[in-house]
Amino acid sequence: MFAASFDYHRPRTVDEALKLMREVKDARVLAGGHSLLPAMKLRLASPSALIDIGRIAELNGIRAVKDGVQIGALTTHAAIASSDVVRRVCPVLADTAAHIGDLQVRNRGTIGGSLAHADPGADYPTIMLLLGATLTASGGKPRDIAAQDFFVDLFTTALKPGELLTSITVPPTGAASAVYLKHRHPASSFAVVGVGLLVEMRSGKFSDVRISIGGVTVTPVRAKNAEAALTGQAPSEENIAIAASVVADALENPLGDTYASGGFRVHLATVMTKRALTQLAWKAR
Amino acid sequence: MASRILGSAIKRREDPRLITGQARYTDDFVLPGMVYMSVVRSPYAHARIRGIDSSRAAAMPGVLGVFTGQQMKDAGFGPIPCAWVVPASDTKTPPYPPIAIDTVRYVGNAVAIVVAQDRYQARDAVEAVEVDYDPLPVTVDAFKATQKGAPQLHADVASNVCFHWKVSGGDVEAAFRDADVIVKDHIINQRLIPNAMEPRAALAQFSSASGEVTLWSTTQNPHIERFLLSIDTGTPEHKIRVIAPEVGGGFGSKLPHYPEAAMTIFASKMVNRPVKWTETRSENYHSTTHGRDHIQDVEIAAMKDGTITGLRARVWANLGAYLSTAAPGIPTILHGLMLSGVYTIPNIHEDVFGVFSNTTPVDAYRGAGRPEAVFMVETMVDRLARELKLDPVDVRRKNLIPPFQDGYTVATGLVYDSGNYEGALTKALQMADYPKLRLEQAEARKKGQYLGIGVCTYAEICGLGPSQVAGAVGFGGGLWESAIVRFHPSGKVHVMVGISPHGQGEETTFAQIVANELGVGVDDVEIMHGDTDQTPMGWGTYGSRSTAVGSGALMGAIKKIKEKATLITAHLLEAAPEDIDYADGKFFVKGSPDKFKTIQDVALMANVAWNMPKGVEPGLETSSFFDPPNFVYPFGAHIALVEVDVETGEVALKRYVAVDDCGKVINPMIVEGQIHGGIAQGVGQALYEGAVYDDQGQLLTGSMMDYAVPKAENFPNFELGMTETLTNVNPLGVKGIGETGTIASTPAVYNAVADALAPLGVKTLNMPLTPERVWRAIQEARS
Repeated sequence: MFAASFDYHRPRTVDEALKLMREVKDARVLAGGHSLLPAMKLRLASPSALIDIGRIAELNGIRAVKDGVQIGALTTHAAIASSDVVRRVCPVLADTAAHIGDLQVRNRGTIGGSLAHADPGADYPTIMLLLGATLTASGGKPRDIAAQDFFVDLFTTALKPGELLTSITVPPTGAASAVYLKHRHPASSFAVVGVGLLVEMRSGKFSDVRISIGGVTVTPVRAKNAEAALTGQAPSEENIAIAASVVADALENPLGDTYASGGFRVHLATVMTKRALTQLAWKAR
Repeated sequence: MASRILGSAIKRREDPRLITGQARYTDDFVLPGMVYMSVVRSPYAHARIRGIDSSRAAAMPGVLGVFTGQQMKDAGFGPIPCAWVVPASDTKTPPYPPIAIDTVRYVGNAVAIVVAQDRYQARDAVEAVEVDYDPLPVTVDAFKATQKGAPQLHADVASNVCFHWKVSGGDVEAAFRDADVIVKDHIINQRLIPNAMEPRAALAQFSSASGEVTLWSTTQNPHIERFLLSIDTGTPEHKIRVIAPEVGGGFGSKLPHYPEAAMTIFASKMVNRPVKWTETRSENYHSTTHGRDHIQDVEIAAMKDGTITGLRARVWANLGAYLSTAAPGIPTILHGLMLSGVYTIPNIHEDVFGVFSNTTPVDAYRGAGRPEAVFMVETMVDRLARELKLDPVDVRRKNLIPPFQDGYTVATGLVYDSGNYEGALTKALQMADYPKLRLEQAEARKKGQYLGIGVCTYAEICGLGPSQVAGAVGFGGGLWESAIVRFHPSGKVHVMVGISPHGQGEETTFAQIVANELGVGVDDVEIMHGDTDQTPMGWGTYGSRSTAVGSGALMGAIKKIKEKATLITAHLLEAAPEDIDYADGKFFVKGSPDKFKTIQDVALMANVAWNMPKGVEPGLETSSFFDPPNFVYPFGAHIALVEVDVETGEVALKRYVAVDDCGKVINPMIVEGQIHGGIAQGVGQALYEGAVYDDQGQLLTGSMMDYAVPKAENFPNFELGMTETLTNVNPLGVKGIGETGTIASTPAVYNAVADALAPLGVKTLNMPLTPERVWRAIQEARS
């Protein structure tokens, strides 16, 4: 566990960080360090330099904005889990953050680091896709990226070289109910499968259904067929079963490892979607 | 007063230093001029080494030297010896060079070492050593490795079969011929990674002036380590000092004599500096010994009423690429001889093939051999019960050895010391309320919930053991223990022991014994261990032997203290020695308890020696060696309740009841702690853990991100009970308790899951019982 040597920079402002990102070759941005440092210690990553954004105050914090809640990229999972604003505006996000890794991970790991790393087993990508969050990047011209466009491939995002994820804006869940279910890997605690569900009911029927699934494919995906099968339908056991049966449509080329094969992950996603729907349908009654 | 100390749950004196960070582990030691070693390891599971170019590495900053296996050999360092060659098994012992010279045989095999000023420089230089490999075909499976056409690991080991060992008792052919029913299974007792919290480390200091070597090492047995180092390093035994400072768990994985110990000594000689090596967790996964890895074909013969008449098995035990220190003894003596379990099975036969493969060497892991026997027997008993539609508890009762106090000979020839298996089972069933559990299970099934109840009744062989037997079964050492009890003038006590505890708590329990026997305070006693220069010869801590054997030596030394104190007291009180009695720390004249000397009075007089009896030497210090007449056989009954989610295959452990009998209990809190940890590790094997290699010998579970060690959240509160059946093998009547939890909990939990799934028609399940495996087994049964 001994990393190769590297230079270390600690910018105080986003502008300083962006300047370093432009100027230092083969550098990596260090946030909470929970993915990058282990990779460096195993020599799976050997950046020439680290740009530690950990002291940039403007990247940290949670505030209510008119279209939801804005969360600085450096905000820790623990801060999100315990934030009154998040819990009021978007409780499912607070619940999700509260169940990431363990206490030490939640105290150090950051939302921006997790999203920019885009691990398929991470929880935030699935939730951001579910909630239709907007990710804001600086560098070049500041721009907003919709969650559905942000996750491109395994460990690959829409961020361009020189761009830094600065904040995430999550819309309020409002009258909708949402839940995130996770099948934890027994060793790593990452999501083998994570299912995010958001439903809104009107006159006893599903008026809005969103299902997002992480852990199974290289990026989280929406189970569009299942969503369509439920929209406008009553939350009956039968309708839920029909929807669950088409969850797999969205899960092409599933990932597998020694713990869970791709096929089993698809099965878990199906069962967990059914359970999430049953849970929220029950609550809505 | 005295009786309160023995059997009292006093807090472990080891813990304050451990939980405040004051404990000093091998890696904490820093010596003047110390430098660091890092090991170049093979990325191939099997390859010929065509060449090693270390020129670039040698020129890097801080590098003092890069050394190869050939250089080590040229410096007089020999192959790593195997210390347990089982007789009548035609065991092959191919050379095990500490650093590979021409061939690597597993991923992680050492190829070269780098010595540098700091750890980072050493690691950087490792990357720069260029090794030219010519990859060879790979075999990783113990059965496949024996088949025609399998790649051969060692030139003189045909079909990779290191040994073929047999055990027989009774007439097994007749048993199977006359059986009403025969039940068979093919069991994979999977490979496990021991995962001691502290990784291995070694710090060697060679003095060119004196020729002496001091080695700080994460070993469970410093005296054995010294003995074996004297064989392979060419340093005479009296010039070697091995120190095992705080050792952070071992579970058997720190029992072997490892190449890295010899390497650091070699490196220290080459650079004339103290050299330290501490493994990374990745290195630990690849180069510290693994455990288990059996393929077992087993069948039992029985009558319709559930009476078991025979057991027959063929076992392929994976030894890994080389023979580790104790490797051959584990799947043979510690496994095959225990196939009767707690039952009166009269006819037994087993063939065990020890097999080389392109994997990390396999050696002892908590339970070492007994889990592989108990799992086999206990899951087969449940299989038989299902076949005969009998309650598994009834089948057990039908076959249990009746209570005995003075020895019971089983079919394999072992003589169990004492046991009351029915008693432990009855107690466990009462604690679990077994009939009620069965009713709950039936109710739950009506609601579509799948509860499973698993029972395991076990006995195990530990407290290793009589030295004469050690010799007879091919163990290359003795198995006695030693102790020195030294009273200081003020009545305080130092005790030096040959065992080397590393988490088991003997500093506390041994102090309790001394306090109990001699009437000093527990805090007046200091227990010293783990340094070959400061402690008497002993054979170390493994096989649940430290208290079972070590306390025998301690009791012997205490007896001699009492004898000498009696002489001194008699002299001081002007009485005859035969008129002196002892109770509660006082030596007194029989019939006149007010005429007495305390042990402290005696200690002072013995040390100042102003007025000693004629012919009695000054000082109050005795030593004793204890060689037990037999092994000890702790036993018990465990019951697990699980719920299986048949949609996802997830298994939840709902309740766990354990009744264990380790004879006399010295400290119930420490006993319970041992049982807790043991259960957790055993459940780990049942549900979570398993080392997986791919066909090319790459370890797919190479880190804690993939290899699942159980977490506290996986367990309910354990419900523990004890029975106390003394042994007459040692003075206190104690049996070992270090491994029982691991031995019993794996089959208990497995049986519970199998019980839950039986109504679904599930017949075959392999550990670990991960959700996917359970789910697939259900799907197969349904289709």
